[in-house]
Amino acid sequence: MKTYVVKRLLLMVPMLFGISLVMFLIMHLAPGDPASIRYGLNPEVSDTAREAFSEMYGLDRPVLEQYFMWLRRFVTMDFGRSLVDDRPVIAKVMAHLPATLLLQISSILVIFFVALPIGIISAIKRDSLFDKASTVFVFIGYAMPTFWLAILLVFFFSFKLGWLPVSGMRPWYAQYLDTGGQVLDLLRHLALPLIATSFGGLAALSRYARSSMVEVMKENYVLTARAKGLSEKRVMLVHVLGNALLPVVTILGLTLPVLISGSFIFETIFAWPGMGRLGYEAIMHYDYPVVMGVGVIATLLTLLGIFLSDIAYVMIDPRIRFESRK
Amino acid sequence: MNMRLIFGIAIVVFMGVSALLAPVIATHDPLEVDLSAEARLQPPSMKHFFGTDNLGRDVYSRMVYGARVSLSVGFIAVAISLLIGLTLGGISGYYGGWVDGVIMRMVEIMYCFPTFFLIMMVITFLGPSIVNVMIVIGLTSWAGLCRLVRAEFLTLRERDFVFSARVQGVSHSRIIFRHILPNAMAPVYVSATLSVGGAILVESALSFLGLGVQIPAPSWGNILTSGKGYMDYAWWLTLYPGLAILITVLSFNLIGEGLRDILDPKMSRAR
Repeated sequence: MKTYVVKRLLLMVPMLFGISLVMFLIMHLAPGDPASIRYGLNPEVSDTAREAFSEMYGLDRPVLEQYFMWLRRFVTMDFGRSLVDDRPVIAKVMAHLPATLLLQISSILVIFFVALPIGIISAIKRDSLFDKASTVFVFIGYAMPTFWLAILLVFFFSFKLGWLPVSGMRPWYAQYLDTGGQVLDLLRHLALPLIATSFGGLAALSRYARSSMVEVMKENYVLTARAKGLSEKRVMLVHVLGNALLPVVTILGLTLPVLISGSFIFETIFAWPGMGRLGYEAIMHYDYPVVMGVGVIATLLTLLGIFLSDIAYVMIDPRIRFESRK
Repeated sequence: MNMRLIFGIAIVVFMGVSALLAPVIATHDPLEVDLSAEARLQPPSMKHFFGTDNLGRDVYSRMVYGARVSLSVGFIAVAISLLIGLTLGGISGYYGGWVDGVIMRMVEIMYCFPTFFLIMMVITFLGPSIVNVMIVIGLTSWAGLCRLVRAEFLTLRERDFVFSARVQGVSHSRIIFRHILPNAMAPVYVSATLSVGGAILVESALSFLGLGVQIPAPSWGNILTSGKGYMDYAWWLTLYPGLAILITVLSFNLIGEGLRDILDPKMSRAR
């Protein structure tokens, strides 16, 4: 087990290296550079000042040299400074990380605790009305343009009903509320982004849980359990559920990249002060160091999530020996 | 016959014909701006089936032209990802060894990439255009197909017909593409059909964020953007384009599921 964990952790290094190199090359080989984007249209900025700006951030060096400079600083967790406001990238990322983690972790919890029961019940009561309804929900969930769902949610819950705030996370008045009021206010702001973020994952995971259950129900050991005269409840809860839900753990790890991809859209729509919005704005401003910082941290989170779900899978499923797993 | 398949194909054919015949069935010029008060933000009527937008343009005509964008992005992006996925997956599964190792590492990198962030980066830095959107979606969505094809090849390459082709001195590339690949296509059709829907979703999200088709050219995504500010009273700007995306993607998914039922009887028993 220990060697497996170490091996998996070591494998992350070349992955991170590859991904950061690709991002760096795309950014720097593309036409347009931050100096001319920022100052190109401003006649009061002289060419000398522009060159000084490029020189200060090392933007005048060859691309590969810049990459290795970046890499050398990255090893010490130094992402450089933002080209827009000169704040350290790591400080900007850390300021935006909690909001993203709050949204992502709560949507993972929602996906897990809502999708699994849906999947399990529709598998047990196959072809019932509930099963049919959940199938329709799954098909819509797969096809839903979730940014449109987000707009519709705002339309109904904020404009028509006036129940929930349109966007943002912590408004100016929050500081005047007591602790309970602050938590309640945060939850009210969280509700719509949370629904929008979890929607696609809900559909995917409930479908997955259902087909996994149905698959296991056909196994011989389930037949044996029934033949022994065990109650249907016991067969389902002990024999089917345990075996069917093991692979779901890995699927949860695979939904992470999807969730993180979604955060770039939803945080922009809901003005949620997280990494997704930071990344979107950094891209729009050609803020190279921040783009790299957000990209690398997002990748790191994804890798960690997949790693943790793989470890959990290996630990709970005795049939899998980690030596044989790649 | 399979109802899902029929329903899906019917809708997709309908959308495709509308897109092809856009100049014929559009009632107005999709780009024609009319800023007079009687023309702006008009609700749906016999003159404007889906109403007009904030610049007085006919939403129905814009959506008909927008169908061209969505469908062409869907098909071309998937064609690109098929080209990469089939080639790399085939090579990977056929040769195995270090070639397989390298390609599988690439696939893993693609899986862990924050794909949407990458797409946003590329589009912003290379300039937003429909061609760039197609290429980037294609280049970032081949990993799943590659893995699928590789798995098929791993079992197929051990079969007798491959051995007999080898013995007859058929070249490796001919075996990969003419002997094995046609036998590996069943799951590929399913996955590719589902990917068309996925690509349409990504395109509409990009256009919505202003990174896809550039205004004034119409696309379902950017009609939604223009409607966002007027959602309170001009509901038609938000409702119709969103429904169009939902229904189109749903149809492709239904076709994919229907194909799976037909091509892979073992899978369909599980549902």
